[in-house]
Amino acid sequence: MSNLSNSKLEISAFELGKLWHYFTRYIDSFLLTGILILMIVGLITLYSATGGDINKISKQAAHMLIALSIMWLVANIPLQQIMRLALPLYLLGFILLVGVALFGEINNGARRWLDIGITRIQPSEIMKIAVPLMMAWYFDKYEITLRIRDYFGATIILLLPVLLILRQPDLGTALLIAASGFYVLFLAGLSWRVIGGLIVAAIGSVPILWSFMHDYQRQRVLTLLDPSQDALGAGYHTIQSSIAIGSGGIVGKGWQNGTQTQLDFLPEQSTDFIFAVFSEEFGLIGNSLLLLLYLIVIGRCMVITANASTQFTRLIAGSITLTFCTYIFVNMGMVSGILPVVGVPLPLISYGGTALVTMLLGFGILMSIQTHPKLVKT
Amino acid sequence: MKPTVELRNHPLELYKFRRRLAFSAGFILLLFLALLSRFFYLQVTQGEHYHTLAEANRISIAPLVPNRGLILDRNGKILAQNYSTYTLEITPNKIQDLESTLEELATIIEITPSDLEQFRKLLRENKRFKSLPIRNRLTDKEVARFAAHRYRFPGIEIQARILRYYPYGELASHVVGYISRISDKDLEYLEQSGELDNYRGSHFIGRIGIEQSYEKELHGITGFDEVETDAAGRSIRVLSRTPPVSGNNLLLTLDINLQQVADDAFGNRRGALVAIDPNNGEVLAFVSKPGFDANLFVGGIDHKNWNLLNNSIDRPLNNRALRGVYPPGSTFKPFMALAALELGLRSPGYAISDIGYFTLPGSERRYRDWKVGGHGRVDLHKSLVVSCDTYYYSLAHDMGIDRIHSYIKQFGLGKKTGIDIFGEIEGLLPSQEWKMHRHNQRWYAGDTISVGIGQGYVLTTPLQLAFATAIIANHGTAYQPHLVKQITNSQTDTARELSKQKLYTINHQPQNMELVRKAMVDVTRPGGTASNSAAGAEYTFAGKTGTSQVIGIKQNERYKEELVAERHRDHAMFVAYAPAENPTIALAILVENGGSGGSTAAPIARQVLDYFLLGKLPVSKEAENVAVSEHTHDH
Repeated sequence: MSNLSNSKLEISAFELGKLWHYFTRYIDSFLLTGILILMIVGLITLYSATGGDINKISKQAAHMLIALSIMWLVANIPLQQIMRLALPLYLLGFILLVGVALFGEINNGARRWLDIGITRIQPSEIMKIAVPLMMAWYFDKYEITLRIRDYFGATIILLLPVLLILRQPDLGTALLIAASGFYVLFLAGLSWRVIGGLIVAAIGSVPILWSFMHDYQRQRVLTLLDPSQDALGAGYHTIQSSIAIGSGGIVGKGWQNGTQTQLDFLPEQSTDFIFAVFSEEFGLIGNSLLLLLYLIVIGRCMVITANASTQFTRLIAGSITLTFCTYIFVNMGMVSGILPVVGVPLPLISYGGTALVTMLLGFGILMSIQTHPKLVKT
Repeated sequence: MKPTVELRNHPLELYKFRRRLAFSAGFILLLFLALLSRFFYLQVTQGEHYHTLAEANRISIAPLVPNRGLILDRNGKILAQNYSTYTLEITPNKIQDLESTLEELATIIEITPSDLEQFRKLLRENKRFKSLPIRNRLTDKEVARFAAHRYRFPGIEIQARILRYYPYGELASHVVGYISRISDKDLEYLEQSGELDNYRGSHFIGRIGIEQSYEKELHGITGFDEVETDAAGRSIRVLSRTPPVSGNNLLLTLDINLQQVADDAFGNRRGALVAIDPNNGEVLAFVSKPGFDANLFVGGIDHKNWNLLNNSIDRPLNNRALRGVYPPGSTFKPFMALAALELGLRSPGYAISDIGYFTLPGSERRYRDWKVGGHGRVDLHKSLVVSCDTYYYSLAHDMGIDRIHSYIKQFGLGKKTGIDIFGEIEGLLPSQEWKMHRHNQRWYAGDTISVGIGQGYVLTTPLQLAFATAIIANHGTAYQPHLVKQITNSQTDTARELSKQKLYTINHQPQNMELVRKAMVDVTRPGGTASNSAAGAEYTFAGKTGTSQVIGIKQNERYKEELVAERHRDHAMFVAYAPAENPTIALAILVENGGSGGSTAAPIARQVLDYFLLGKLPVSKEAENVAVSEHTHDH
């Protein structure tokens, strides 16, 4: 009798284990652990930044659950399926971008949103993943006969959406997409000479770029050079966040004790400037640990990338990894005053759903690459 | 043509890819190192600096304005006090369209054209981030009404302010002074003197009189709250408080009742009176007529009232006692007489035969006595009692201007007395050197003759005359005239007495002083020029009448009061002290265009003395009028 019940129990435990295995088989637990720790750090910081606003914290927790579900979903899709999606997704994103340029809603002087009846969407967000996907697909397709002109084709794939986004205008997103595309080019073996030429051209085009910039964009650059010049205007963000970080010192002021945060001197403290909150309250030690945590996650992504078996998977994994790094660097750089203020959130920590979903979608792709049987093209 | 197809070399491709990836990883590490060094720079190298900045962000200092010290008369009656009131104030730079806001505001709170005009004046004079009053003294109802509409008026707020009130209005306003709003010029001065910090939050500063000269005592020490504020500037909590220290209370030497009697005694006449206690220099009454209501200035005076005061022919803003210079006329004679005795130029028994005029040797020009035909035989005693001019013409000629100057300057004529309010005028006691220096002209013998009877170049203020009279009253010893008797620390309630300050004793023989004093007593007795005013007094008093010329009289004319326009009539002067034996009060009176000293100035002295010595108030206005109408000739 007892044996029977025991075996029943064993069976159910076994089945549960099977279910769990089925559920997690395409999940990279190392990467997931890193992501979850960063998300918890984000929630803790958000608690302080919002002054314990449970409503906002549960909202962000919901964002995280949705994003994690999407990640799980994507991780379960084999790469061949995802690869098939590259071209349609890119075309869809492109059409929507054109739609924005023609019929988009104007908000704060920028045309970024498109009302598609059910909801408002920001097509540039789709492009963050669609562009590297498309480029990786493109390089994969022309892998065998890769020539210089194929790099030109890839560049056009990249430049069309970037220019459209630049026109909205949304310099930050345009640059980030350009970066993610450039990473594909770079990893696909773009010759160093071309890269050197691009760098020279970029420097040379600064004056031209300057003349095409909007006043507020120029102001951001000028403010970076001397924030005190406009302490109450454009420089306010940088000055206040520098004060927050600096006054945190080595050990920080302690959780919920940051005066810059609690007395609202910090702008955008739950979104783009949340790092200043973290930094003020946890100090240099906290910053170092956070950087280390990010490095561990990046390291895992690098390993996945390095082990990817096809051109497509290598390129898309590399681009996602490097874009993740770029987000971290640009956000921390602007909050600590070494880069101009562009609207880039701190991955996995800043409040907000869209960026989180995009980011975890990328991680889902990485997991799929890592966990699905490696295919070797012949 | 066969296209050359590179065959794929998997290991090589993978190797190339991994090299690029490794390169990227290295690059990322570099960027992270850059971030880390930036954090190190901000949080360690500059940590202290940013910590200070964060504290400065967080903590703001809110000044706590001290209560201004009270001003009291010698008996503790309040002459200047504080009251709190609500004012409606506008911070111009917080308002988009000032004009339409003002219009809208006027529909809720009554704003008079005068309020508006004053506000515009302040607007011109002040920086735009300052809070400027548009209305003072809001009623409770107005406060409630505005509070209900407040949301419509960002940048406009009701402020509780402490204002100054002068209960006696016009009375003694020249002495007490007033406070008014701190101007940008004041701020500059305060910054230079290093006092600006103590004026953070203060809105008013003493302008004239005691309010001005004792500003440091009255203002007090500004306290402050260390307030934690958020980014919007809202205070979250008070971290620490340094309470303000109220200004010190000042007890004046002035007796406001005596001041009132003196002020009333002038009626509608213009003039000045200064009464001093000769034993210690305390100023008992200090009148300048007409006066002005100091309360008009506190909230900022409006255009209409200002014009009324400033353009009035009576010049009410002019402190005549302190700043009015007049020839002392015959009140100069006692000092001349003492000088004559001291310098051995005249003996008590020496007499002249006055035929009604004096001529300089070798000159035809006649210096006439006020009395046609003269006073006959006149010695020093009689020269003072009847105010004989001829005696002093020849005396002045014998003494010479430089000896007059050097002896009489001991009485403080022609120089500042150093009283404790600002703006005193020097007057003039002429000398040869002065004339050469000032007019680049030599001194003529004729110049000396008019100085002998207190005319010509000599100019004194009523305050100087009172001071000089007090020296005679006090047997030659001078005390510093002063208006503040005692300073009370409002925190500890301890009083600091300002002790009397003996200045010097003039060079004199007591018997000479006695001769002059005796003659001055006889001035008030039958036969003397002030006898009418002294009649029936229950004390003896000493005095000297005087008349100071406003217009020159030509050689062959005589001065006829009824023919001269009121403003050109002579000024009436009178100096006195009482009781004669042991004086407790010395005074000088000037009545502008009052005619002769005996008829208009001396009766004022009598009323003041009656009140001061006997506590007697003037019987009635009729009695005063009778005394005035009795026309006596005196000079």
